[in-house]
Amino acid sequence: MAAPALILFGVFAIVPLFGVAALSFVHWDGLGAITWAGFDNWTDAASDPVSRNALWLTVKLTVLCVLFQAPVSLLLGVFLAGRQRYRALLATLFFLPLLFSSAAVAITFTALLDPNFGAGSALDLPLLAQNWLGDPQLALYVVVFVIGWCFIPFHTLIYQAGTRQIPRELYEASRMDGAGPVQQFFHITLPMLKYTIVTSTTLMTVGSLTYFDLIFVLTGGGPGNATRVLPLDMYLTGFRSYDMGRASVLALVLVIVGLAVSLGLNRITGASRMESQSEGS
Amino acid sequence: MALQRNEHRPNVVGAAFAWLWLAVIILPIYYIFITSLRPREDYYAENPLSWPANPTLTAYQRVLENDFLRFFANSVVVTAASVAVTLAVSVMAAYVVVRSRDGFGRNLFRVALLGIAIPIQAAIIPVYYLIVQLGLYDTLAALILPSIAFSIPLTLLILTSFLREIPESLFESMRMDGATEWRILLRLVVPLARPALATVGVYQALQVWNGFLFPLVLTQSAETRVLPLSLWSFQGQFGVDVPAVLAAVVLSILPMLAAYILARRQLVSGLTAGFGK
Repeated sequence: MAAPALILFGVFAIVPLFGVAALSFVHWDGLGAITWAGFDNWTDAASDPVSRNALWLTVKLTVLCVLFQAPVSLLLGVFLAGRQRYRALLATLFFLPLLFSSAAVAITFTALLDPNFGAGSALDLPLLAQNWLGDPQLALYVVVFVIGWCFIPFHTLIYQAGTRQIPRELYEASRMDGAGPVQQFFHITLPMLKYTIVTSTTLMTVGSLTYFDLIFVLTGGGPGNATRVLPLDMYLTGFRSYDMGRASVLALVLVIVGLAVSLGLNRITGASRMESQSEGS
Repeated sequence: MALQRNEHRPNVVGAAFAWLWLAVIILPIYYIFITSLRPREDYYAENPLSWPANPTLTAYQRVLENDFLRFFANSVVVTAASVAVTLAVSVMAAYVVVRSRDGFGRNLFRVALLGIAIPIQAAIIPVYYLIVQLGLYDTLAALILPSIAFSIPLTLLILTSFLREIPESLFESMRMDGATEWRILLRLVVPLARPALATVGVYQALQVWNGFLFPLVLTQSAETRVLPLSLWSFQGQFGVDVPAVLAAVVLSILPMLAAYILARRQLVSGLTAGFGK
């Protein structure tokens, strides 16, 4: 009875994972013959300034995404854990970005951030009417913001669920002891959310490593190579420059970095406890 | 911030921030909606955030005249087929995991746990190779098969943890009555698992409906184009006709909005159970 699931999953997910390792040692343009390449793709990718820059950009994007999303989601999630009715309404509205496809979000922000016809000109604020997506200095930050727009709702949900699991008595006891709201936040809420923070941050990190569709439609990796992160570099190398071998190297780097990060984060913070915590939330 | 439970002391910082974030969320959505109603010729003249002076549905008309319904139908077929097959094969596998007495079930569960960690991006090149070799390139099946494969691990995990809650005695009494495994699956497991199937089904439908990378790599022609890809090609095709592009965005989101209104609880719990991906 398990056979259909095993076959489908095996053929289209497990086999490709080994396939990508094999393809990293061949030359293939996506259509023609496949020829043995040895370690050529690996050495080429390692010395390619574009790919090295892509790796650096990916690290930068990931760090910026976590720095932006984590505090905002934490703050919103803790707030929305309250039971007041208007907070439930807010939670309903906060969820909306999760319904949009990345393509839809990217198209919307392209129009909204247009220097001549976008929101900047509407509000008549020169500061907002910059060429957001055309300026290599700004584009990456715009990408970070738009990714945040898409995924903060999701992480807010995780924090909301985590906060609701904190026993109420802890707050009541600390109030008896005369603790104020700020003290309570730092001495009860934050420590109690430790495993939620780990889960959410791991997901943010691994997610940031693999963001593709949004950046692809929003900037296509540009201007220049200013937002050409690793997944984009992989796609463009494989399906635009028809160098599947080199692209497979980049895909493998992606898998390895992703696995290393999630294993590392779990190791540092205690994985088994985290799993049982996340199941409940 | 810490006072979310102490209703008598308002959480001012949290509230201020929440309302600010609400504005950040709503502004783009409001912008999509009003711009889709703006006449093309007014787009460059009117204030982009103002309510259109002459609201019109002609942008929607232009979108519908450009094969939008075909792309919509393609998305419906791909999503429905992917979710139906995913649920069917996963509930079968979950039943095996829950009922198996040997290590097979446990190993199957472990494979699923590992499978969740495989990013689509990493497997896309071999998947492309496979689809070309199978002669499926540029067909809807090319989208359905890998979508199912990448939906199975999470679906299996959620269904397994749900099925573990079914009391052993129910299985036993059916077996005493001489029921076959298939009969138990259809008469006992599927009806009991209905809430979990709904949750994970709605969640996977959202994922497949909004998926972009598989369509981008595995299809090419307008005959097989699905919605997210059509939005991207509309952007290229309509170019300066921003109201039409955003009207297409509105139309593409409608089914998911309807699902959210009808099955909000399923969607939200599916997302937290699924933890991203």
